[in-house]
Amino acid sequence: MADNGVNKGRRRFLVGATSVVGAVGAVGVAVPFVASWQPSARARAAGAPVQADISKLEPGQRMTVEWRGRPVWVINRTPEMIERTEALTDEVLADPDSAKPMQPDYAGGSLRSIRPEIGVLVGICTHLGCSPLFKPEPNAEGVGVDDWPGGFFCPCHGSRFDLAGRVFRNVPAPVNLEVPPYYFVNESVIVVGEDGEGA
Amino acid sequence: MANPNKAKAERGFMRWVDDRFPATQMWQEHLSEYYAPKNFNFWYFFGSLALLVLVNQILTGVWLTMSFNPSAEGAFASVEYIMRDVEYGWLIRYMHSTGASAFFLVVYLHMFRGLLYGSYKAPRELVWIFGMAIYLALMAEAFMGYLLPWGQMSYWGAQVIISLFSAIPSIGPDLAQWVRGDYLISGITLNRFFALHVVALPIVILALVVLHIIALHEVGSNNPDGIDIKAKKDETGKPLDGIPFHPYYTVKDIVGVAVFLFVFCAVIFYFPEGGGYFLEKPNFEPANPLKTPDHIAPVWYFTPFYAILRAITFSLFGLDAKFLGVIFMGAAIAVLFVLPWLDRSPVRSMRYKGWISKVMLVLFAISFVILGVLGVLPPTGARTLLAQICTVIYFAFFVLMPIYTRLEKTKPVPERVTG
Repeated sequence: MADNGVNKGRRRFLVGATSVVGAVGAVGVAVPFVASWQPSARARAAGAPVQADISKLEPGQRMTVEWRGRPVWVINRTPEMIERTEALTDEVLADPDSAKPMQPDYAGGSLRSIRPEIGVLVGICTHLGCSPLFKPEPNAEGVGVDDWPGGFFCPCHGSRFDLAGRVFRNVPAPVNLEVPPYYFVNESVIVVGEDGEGA
Repeated sequence: MANPNKAKAERGFMRWVDDRFPATQMWQEHLSEYYAPKNFNFWYFFGSLALLVLVNQILTGVWLTMSFNPSAEGAFASVEYIMRDVEYGWLIRYMHSTGASAFFLVVYLHMFRGLLYGSYKAPRELVWIFGMAIYLALMAEAFMGYLLPWGQMSYWGAQVIISLFSAIPSIGPDLAQWVRGDYLISGITLNRFFALHVVALPIVILALVVLHIIALHEVGSNNPDGIDIKAKKDETGKPLDGIPFHPYYTVKDIVGVAVFLFVFCAVIFYFPEGGGYFLEKPNFEPANPLKTPDHIAPVWYFTPFYAILRAITFSLFGLDAKFLGVIFMGAAIAVLFVLPWLDRSPVRSMRYKGWISKVMLVLFAISFVILGVLGVLPPTGARTLLAQICTVIYFAFFVLMPIYTRLEKTKPVPERVTG
């Protein structure tokens, strides 16, 4: 068939230009649909920091506060617990010095806390989000190893953490438990979910 | 433009319709004159059964939607309301929950048939790929559906699966949060999963089923001998080894449907929870974000892949064990998509392949089942080792396939189907 006076170059240009503009429009329209899946204003408000009173937390005990729907453990470590925890080395721990960024800068080192006795940890296993069990007593039952120094044991896939939330070697969890941002308002009140002044 | 060669009814109402819509033409193309090989065996029941279960899921799903409340506060109670107060609600819900397991059972058998007789090989690559896309969409559909009753296992199962996204380096945590729509799994997540489960994914699955069948009917069905029935035709152009799908296979499939329904109804009426495998026991407790169940296991149809995920307990190439596990789990499914190009054998059917292919398929099937069993059990040292061995076999089946299918000696393929 003859061209019938059709300018094919112009036709190609118009088809191309229309396609490009249409594609840009499609991307633009996708923006509200994709962004709509972000946490809503109400969900963001519900994720605000929380306060907890730790004056009644006895040595050796743990309390759980809820922050962003996740359990946050506050443990009061006894001197024996601290001693056993600090005795652990990189022979058994994957990241004993908290090199990986799972904690704020002010909670590094072997105990991963502002005050040595008070540990604050997000109680969610870093493997697949289960909540590990508190097994503070040495050689506790059901943690799958002998020579247990006390810590946390995840029943889902067998990950183990010490009382500072440091992960043991040869378990599925890749990194230490998360330490949330937190600060002490005074001796007995702690705020979880926010860095303190000057932090 | 109407095609003048189209089949049309002679007269009457159907003629009126055919002049406006190709009803008779479609009936002939897809049923009364769709020639299927005459040697279909037991393994060929599961395609039509999958279609039956799909219809069951849609019908019961629509009815469940009428009484279900997709909110964190009301979801668990509304499921109990359906079970106790809605007339026949217990039956409709059990048909749906048992149907999910039945769907995967028939789909796994359907896929195994494909492996057995080389149904994925040229020219049926697209039939296989559309089928794999259905399987993928089905997994998403089942996963999102399982969150809806808002029980403990709904919640924590979803928690485990969504946190797989957060294993992806750098964008992971934000991606997981985007999927959840919250800092944790909440009513927001439940609502969007409801929308996807009830509206979006069923549309996708139905569209893919149509594509799967159109692609199949374009190239014709494979058969247990893996030979092309179109190569030998009679003088009218009909395959000598073919019989019209209707009435021959519609009648055969009805027998399969009857047997299937016997089993299906027995489960619905006598073992609706499947011993804790179809509906897991912790799911009779409402979701509690602060209390993890002692043991989290996905529903049985995901457990082989879950076992692969857990089998990766070591780091490699600078990737940590968690991300590596996710990669292996993804690869276990992704490798199935490229199967048509891994099989270099000159024959399709396992009947004429060499002994290495046969041994590999048996090992593959056994390791898949073992992984499925391991996936529901809590991990121990020995079980993890067994899962690692089975994972190696699973991948060896695919990765070594280009080598062993090319090297092995195949048997001669007959001219005509062997019945």
